[in-house]
Amino acid sequence: MPASYSHLAALQPGHIAIITSLNLPSQFRQRLLALGFRQGRQVTMLRRSAFAGPIHVRIGTTEVMLRRRDAQQVNVTLVRG
Amino acid sequence: MKRIAVLGMPNTGKSTFFNRFTGATASVGNWAGMTVDLMRATLKIGEVTVDVIDLPGIYDLRGFSEDEMVVQRFLESTPLHLIIIILNTAQIDRQLSLALQIKHLQIPAILLLNMADEAPKFGVKVNVKKIAQHLEMPVISMSAKYGNQHGRGYDAAIDAIAQTLHQQEYPICVHNVSDCAIGDRQLATELDAILHDAVHVSTQHSNTLTTRLDRLLLHPILGLPLFFTAMYLMFQVVYTLGTPLQELLGLGLDWIKVAALEPSLAPFPTFLKGFLIGGLYDGIGTVVAFIPVILLFFFCMAIVEDSGYLARSAFLMDAFMERLGLDGRSFVMSLMGFGCNVPAIMGTRVMRSPGLRMLSMLVIPFSLCSARLNVFIFMTTALFASQIAPIVLFSLYLFSFAAALVTALLFKGQFPNHDPLVLELPPYRFPTVKQIFVRAWVEVKHFLRWSNRFIIAGVVIIWLLNNLPMDVPAASDQTLSGMIGQAIQPLLQPLGINSQLAIALIFGFVAKEVVLGGLAVIYGASNDASLGGAIAHQIDWVQAYSFMLFTLLYIPCLSTIAVLKRESKSAKFAALAVVWSIALAWMTSFLFYQGARRLGF
Repeated sequence: MPASYSHLAALQPGHIAIITSLNLPSQFRQRLLALGFRQGRQVTMLRRSAFAGPIHVRIGTTEVMLRRRDAQQVNVTLVRG
Repeated sequence: MKRIAVLGMPNTGKSTFFNRFTGATASVGNWAGMTVDLMRATLKIGEVTVDVIDLPGIYDLRGFSEDEMVVQRFLESTPLHLIIIILNTAQIDRQLSLALQIKHLQIPAILLLNMADEAPKFGVKVNVKKIAQHLEMPVISMSAKYGNQHGRGYDAAIDAIAQTLHQQEYPICVHNVSDCAIGDRQLATELDAILHDAVHVSTQHSNTLTTRLDRLLLHPILGLPLFFTAMYLMFQVVYTLGTPLQELLGLGLDWIKVAALEPSLAPFPTFLKGFLIGGLYDGIGTVVAFIPVILLFFFCMAIVEDSGYLARSAFLMDAFMERLGLDGRSFVMSLMGFGCNVPAIMGTRVMRSPGLRMLSMLVIPFSLCSARLNVFIFMTTALFASQIAPIVLFSLYLFSFAAALVTALLFKGQFPNHDPLVLELPPYRFPTVKQIFVRAWVEVKHFLRWSNRFIIAGVVIIWLLNNLPMDVPAASDQTLSGMIGQAIQPLLQPLGINSQLAIALIFGFVAKEVVLGGLAVIYGASNDASLGGAIAHQIDWVQAYSFMLFTLLYIPCLSTIAVLKRESKSAKFAALAVVWSIALAWMTSFLFYQGARRLGF
């Protein structure tokens, strides 16, 4: 399957992707790094909430929620759709 | 005296460890040179007396959130003999970064890999010895929740702490945390080296319980209704179990009064007798009778909080809260505020945007806290039929939500917020019975300390105002309270609040429990029948409901105002919170009372 490039907010539930870069202000970037969002790590989209609310993803053994607006700044490569 | 700091990431069971370590003897204390309160305890480890300080949970030593800066300032101002680092074993793949940062501070440290009981569920295997070699500090795997019921990790941890402490004669202080900080790249390299060498995470992780529960509880459509159903059930449990217990305790206290107190005080002058029985005993007794309700309430809170469900409510509510200029965390803090507003306001420290923090702090005081719950249970059971009482009480919760909502909508323009939001959703856990009891007990202790300080004083003052001068009938217009009440009648009469209730309100601003004690004193004096009956005699349900609405909204209690001022570092902001809540309370009660009267009630 050819790799496709996208951002975290575009993933559908069940999608697995690899983080390629974090395009974020440094403070927020640091927080995401501390939560395990590092380049090359695998992230799984678990669910998207209703009314354009936050998304729920798993990275390693940690599960986090983040807003779609912020997730758009996390660039990923889709591995399994 | 040696000094230890406990440091760790959020959601690692740091407080559970701290409570076990210190035997839940810790008290909140203001730390010299810091503007925030930190939990601390003094205990003996072997021969040595140690001062243990619990630092707020942080993600990054270099961070810029309020909590992270508190930790930085603390490390730069306080010489330490030892840092205990607490991390969650299951999330070691990312949390080790904090231990690495501490290692570079050159302060003696010890790493406790907590929640070792959960790690196998996530397929995480750790070689403790190798991690210790890399970090050049003792590393122990343990479970703070289960203590020695899970391996012998906890004892081993205490031994290691004692040993390291013994070797460390002088305290060490960091001069500048950012000087010791290492860059992201170096951190990543060091982290990868350890993970490669000492940690194995199987990709097929199998914590299916959380995954399955989330499928239901975070369901796009069912999630929110389920959450509010759960909250309603919690309310029902507290009410249906708590009220009979409270009545029973009240009856017991009455029996003691009639059987023992009144006969033994019979020879004393009427005024003194009245003061001791009608003032002190009735006032405090009425408040104390609510201890079972408080216990039950915090049992439930402990379960909801520790289970991980509370964090999920942030996910469910964020879309809605965003439209109010708030976020999911504000919702979680408001829910915490239903226990007590003070810790909820302190909880807003995790927010970095000042606008978001201020707006959250402005809405939290409208959360119907457990002190107000006591007042309302008392009044609703006295004035409404037993079938309607819980519905009336629940409607006050709805008003509490509505007040927060209106406040956020009105003020969101003043407090703009562009804070990004990312939150951990921890796996579902069930707290141990001991954890639940410890939590509830801490709250009851807090409540008793309050009653010692403020409630007794408030009740005594109200009784005196109601009975002085001595030559006029008690609770009449000629007493001091009557005069004060008359003076503010023009303000409160349109709300249906009479001068006696007004006195309870004035002193209730110190602590809402005083409203309750005050009612007991005021109405206990006027009638020898039961207190509830006495109130029902003098005011009807419309007045009572208007009074409850006013009590719900009218002003944050004294400690909430103090913490608002301290956390916002602005007296103006605290004043805004006070003035706005008084205005909102007045308008709400006015509309309700006048509306109900117009409709013929």
